[in-house]
Amino acid sequence: MISGWKALARAVVAAASVTLMSSVAGAQTPAPQAAPEEDADKLLEKYRAMISDPMSNPGYLAVDSGETLWSTARGPKNATLETCDLGKGPGTLDGAYAELPRFFADAGRVMDAESRILWCMETIQGLDTAPLRKKPFASSGGNPATEIEALVAFVANKSNGFKYAARMEHPKEKEMVALGEALFYRRSSVNDFSCQTCHGQEGQRIRLQNLPFFENPKNAQATMGSWPTYRVSQASLRTMQHRIWDCYWQMRMPDVGYASDVTIALAAYLTKKAEGGTIEVPSIKR
Amino acid sequence: MLRTCSAAAAAILLLSGAASAADVKSDTEMAPGISRETLERAVAAAWKGLPPDLAARVVQDETMRICSQYRNQPPQALADAILAREKQTVSYPPDAKYLGDWKAGEKLALSGFGGRMGDNPKQANGGNCYACHQLAPAEISYGTLGPSLAGYGKLKGTTPEAQKEVYERVYNAQAVYACSNMPRFGHNKFLTIDQIRDAVAFLLDPESPVNK
Ligand code: HEC
Ligand code: HEC
Repeated sequence: MISGWKALARAVVAAASVTLMSSVAGAQTPAPQAAPEEDADKLLEKYRAMISDPMSNPGYLAVDSGETLWSTARGPKNATLETCDLGKGPGTLDGAYAELPRFFADAGRVMDAESRILWCMETIQGLDTAPLRKKPFASSGGNPATEIEALVAFVANKSNGFKYAARMEHPKEKEMVALGEALFYRRSSVNDFSCQTCHGQEGQRIRLQNLPFFENPKNAQATMGSWPTYRVSQASLRTMQHRIWDCYWQMRMPDVGYASDVTIALAAYLTKKAEGGTIEVPSIKR
Repeated sequence: MLRTCSAAAAAILLLSGAASAADVKSDTEMAPGISRETLERAVAAAWKGLPPDLAARVVQDETMRICSQYRNQPPQALADAILAREKQTVSYPPDAKYLGDWKAGEKLALSGFGGRMGDNPKQANGGNCYACHQLAPAEISYGTLGPSLAGYGKLKGTTPEAQKEVYERVYNAQAVYACSNMPRFGHNKFLTIDQIRDAVAFLLDPESPVNK
C-alpha cells in the first residue's frame, strides 16, 4: 500500500513538474525526466483523474476519517457534530465551506472552517480542544491527518463543484478582509519579508517555484479552490491554516498562532479575491 | 483608496517639512478601516509568550513600519529618511577589504538555510541569493524576484569604489534603495561581515562563475 503511494507520488511529481515547467520559460528549465510533448497532455489528464479519484488521491483517506469523526458521538456530551452550524444552518454541509470564513453571531467572531469546527467540538461535544490546537498539523511523512485536518477535509469536500461565495458583507467580515490586507503587506523578521515580497507581482518565481499572484483573480481562484490539498512533498493532507503557517515559517517568523485572527484574516482576504472560483478538493500538489 | 490616503499623508509630511519617526502616528490607516493599532493588536495576539529573541522578530522597526504602510512606495521625504538611517547602520570590515572568497560566496548564494523555526542556529545561515537572482549563468535554478546579476562584475568593475558599493548593498539593501524587497542581510545580523565579503567576491571577482 505504502509503496504504491510512493509510486503515485512520483507520478504526481512528474505530472506536476510538466505543468510547472511548461509555464516557466521553456528552454532554461532542466529536462524533467523529459516526457515528450505529446505525453504531457496524457499525464495531465491522468493527474486530473487522480485528483478526484478517491482510490488514488491519498487526501481522501482524510476525508473518510473526517466523515467518521463528524458522525461519531464523542466527548462528555456524547454527541456527533451533525448539528454543527457551519453558517448555512445546523447540519447543512453542502456548500458551507464555499461561504467561509464568515461571521458567526453565536461566537461573536469571524471564523474559518478550522475555528468553526473546533468551536462545535467544544460547544456540542464538550471536548477540550487544547491538545488539538497545540498540535493541529500531522508531522510530514505519511502520517495520518490530525482530527481537525480530517474534519476540514471532509467539510471542504462537501463543497466540491461549488463556487466561492464568501460575501464578506457583515461589518466584522469586512474588517477581517481589511485586516488581512494590512497583514499581507506587513514586513517583519530577520529577512524583512511580507507576503507581498513573494506574491506581489505577476509571473515571478523563487528558484524554479512559480508564485501565485493573488491580485490576478485566476491565480487566487485556482489557489483557494484547491485547498485542502494532499501535499506530495510532505505526504500529508494540508489545510489553508497550514499553508499560512508554512509561509510565515519561510518568512522566518515564529509559529503563527493556530486559528488566530491573523490566519483567519489572511484567509478571508485571499478568499474574497477568489470569489467565483470553483472548489475541487482535496487536490494534490507538490 | 489607499493611494489617496498615502498621497494625503505625504502632503502633510511635506508641509510639516519633517520626516522623522514622530510623524508616523499609531492611528495611521494600514488598510481601509484598519489602524496601525488594530493591526498590531492582532499581531500581538497571534504571537504570544515568545522568548525575547523570537518576540523581537515580530516587532517592526521604523523602516519596516513605513515600508508596510506605504506598501514599499514611500513618499520621497520618507524614502530619503530611510536611506539616511539605513546607511548609518552599515558596519564595514575593519581592514577595508571588501572582496572575500568567491567560492565561499557561491556556497552562500546557493544556501537557503537559516532563521526558520527548527533550523540549527549553530549552523551558518545562507544568503539564498539564487532564490531571487540569476547569478552564474550555468545555474539554472534561480528565482526572478530580483534583477539578474549574471555578469555583474563585468558591468560594475572591481574598483575599490565598486567593491564598497556592492558591500553596502548586500549589508543593507535599503541603504541604497528604500523599501527594497531584498533582506538587509548585515543589518539584521543574518549574515556576518565575512560572509558578505564572500558574496561580494562571488559577484565581482573576475574568476567567479558569475563573470564567466
Ligand atoms: C519567502 C517567500 C514567500 C513569502 C514571504 C510568502 N510566501 Fe506564500 N508561497 C511561497 C511559495 C514558495 C509557495 C509555494 C508555491 C508552490 O508550491 O507552487 C507559496 C504558496 C502560497 C499559497 C498556496 C498557493 C497555491 O497555489 O497552492 C498561499 C495561499 C500563500 N503562499 C499565501 C501566503 C501568505 C498569506 C503569505 C504571508 C503571510 C505568504 N504566502 C508569504 C513563498 C512565500
Ligand atoms: C527576497 C529576494 C532577494 C534576495 C534573497 C536577495 N536579493 Fe538582491 N535584490 C532583490 C531585489 C528585489 C533587488 C532590486 C531592488 C534593489 O536594488 O534593492 C535586488 C538587488 C540586488 C543588487 C543590486 C543590483 C543592481 O541593480 O545593481 C545586488 C548586488 C544584489 N541584489 C545582491 C544580492 C546578493 C549577493 C544576495 C544574497 C546574499 C541577494 N541579493 C539576495 C531581491 C533579493
